[in-house]
Amino acid sequence: MSDTTFDDLRDLYQEVILDHGRRPRHAGRLAAFDATAKGDNPLCGDRVQVFVKYAPDGSIAETSFDARGCAISVASADLMAEVVAGRTKADTAALFAAFRELARTGACPDCAASLQPALERLAPLAGVHEYPSRVKCATLPWHALSAALEGRGEASSEGGAS
Amino acid sequence: MNVTTRPEIVPAVPPATLDIARIREDFPILRQTVRGKPLVFLDSAASAQKPRVVIDAMRDAMEHQYANVHRGLHWMSERTTDAYEAARDAVAALLNAPDRNEIVITRNITESLNLMAHSYGRGVLRGDQAVLISAMEHHSNIVPWQLLRADRGIELRVAPITDAGELDMDAFEALLADGKVGLVSITHMSNVLGTYTPAQRIVQIAHAHGAKVLFDGAQATVHRRVDVQALGCDFYAFTGHKLYGPTGIGVLWGRRELLEAMPPFLGGGEMISSVTYARSTWAQVPHKFEAGTPPILEGIGLKAAIDYVQSIGYDAIAAHEAALTDHALARLGALEGVNILGRAQDRGGVVSFTVDRAHAHDVATLLDRQGIAVRAGHHCAEPLMHRFGLESTARASFALYTTREEIDFLADTLARVREFFT
Repeated sequence: MSDTTFDDLRDLYQEVILDHGRRPRHAGRLAAFDATAKGDNPLCGDRVQVFVKYAPDGSIAETSFDARGCAISVASADLMAEVVAGRTKADTAALFAAFRELARTGACPDCAASLQPALERLAPLAGVHEYPSRVKCATLPWHALSAALEGRGEASSEGGAS
Repeated sequence: MNVTTRPEIVPAVPPATLDIARIREDFPILRQTVRGKPLVFLDSAASAQKPRVVIDAMRDAMEHQYANVHRGLHWMSERTTDAYEAARDAVAALLNAPDRNEIVITRNITESLNLMAHSYGRGVLRGDQAVLISAMEHHSNIVPWQLLRADRGIELRVAPITDAGELDMDAFEALLADGKVGLVSITHMSNVLGTYTPAQRIVQIAHAHGAKVLFDGAQATVHRRVDVQALGCDFYAFTGHKLYGPTGIGVLWGRRELLEAMPPFLGGGEMISSVTYARSTWAQVPHKFEAGTPPILEGIGLKAAIDYVQSIGYDAIAAHEAALTDHALARLGALEGVNILGRAQDRGGVVSFTVDRAHAHDVATLLDRQGIAVRAGHHCAEPLMHRFGLESTARASFALYTTREEIDFLADTLARVREFFT
């Protein structure tokens, strides 16, 4: 695009976000799933439902989502589905904690080395840290996923939690 | 200001015009830059910016003349009481209320509506009656009535709107036909669609069916002169911070005999006549509804805001905002992929829109990056969003300090937003 109006927004809306926001690979309900939970941000009306299928060893085999939300939240849900496949619940929880740090501060210098490949994949979302009101867009799918993994039906990213 | 125009002459320019450059000088914040760009503030329907006279009035009170009101027998308290009570006079004049004691000061319009749901809903309405709202209400004119319904079993009816975003008057009247509706509580101007409801007709129809009428004037009072006697309504509520005044102050006007029939809302100091452990008696209207130390500084600020608006005049404000709204509808309406929500004939300076393939939050973030502040989301009107099959919209709203150039900048930037997401 030759238009330079939004050049300084390319840090937030990187091509990978626009691409996954527009054409998510993991959208839709899984034909068979073991757990599901909804995430809801009542302040802005964003909603996401995450579906989880477990492998025989209890790790995550596959996830998918239904989302009504902005490009950031859809892209985040899609990238999340990509990076959590094959992970244990504990590993996923650790990755969520690391991703929250990334979304809030733009970096996670103290994060475990084992998480770095996944965090690199999620790095395009780090730009939200400059937009405090948008951090919740990126973390909402993760809240829904952890609710599903913990057997809670609903998660909310309202208020101070992000 | 009185402006008379002969009906056969259609003026080429509005009957009263604003010197926008001079008005913008009155609002210090408009000189701010945001993200390195000049602030283009198109979110006044959420809360308006404050003119220097409001800022000065509140600061001067704190620096020179401040004490608690209505109770101190000392000079500072008496002077502060006078300054605070002058707000009640200013509000009475603003609404053309017949009696200053019909003006109840609250913390915001949400409290005004909750006061109504509590004191009128629980104290005057019967459990077998109904409250009628419309399909374009703010949550603050929905939820208090739901709480009343849960508490007292009262029925909550919702008058539908047309696809253009206007009240369906036939359906409205039909919902009153059985005579069960005791109160119509309805917006005077939609915060999402910009629609003005036909207030006088609403009152005529409601009264003909034995219902009282309460208007939510949070938006309407900002843009047009409101005359509660001409409207013929029974209650009218608005909030200070949208009318260029401070946050923390709202208003409920009601006919005196109706207010007198209502039990108190909150209990405490200020609202009593006498207190013993056996029983307490209530102060006269309006103090019966004003428990606790009132919003003193906010009252002083609100009076300054009302004086400011009155000095400019509603004729000029309404003409200016009508021209801006027409311009915005023309410019945004001409943009491919931009869809305007609501096409009411009679509307005020609020334009909600969606952009194809772009979520409202993404639109708002891109606009923000250019210094343009708009609201994005459900605008505290989720049922209305669902009525149109939407989760959210972006909304540009205009004030007396908004310029035509700002709307052009919005339209030009929206065209680029559209390209960004295509």
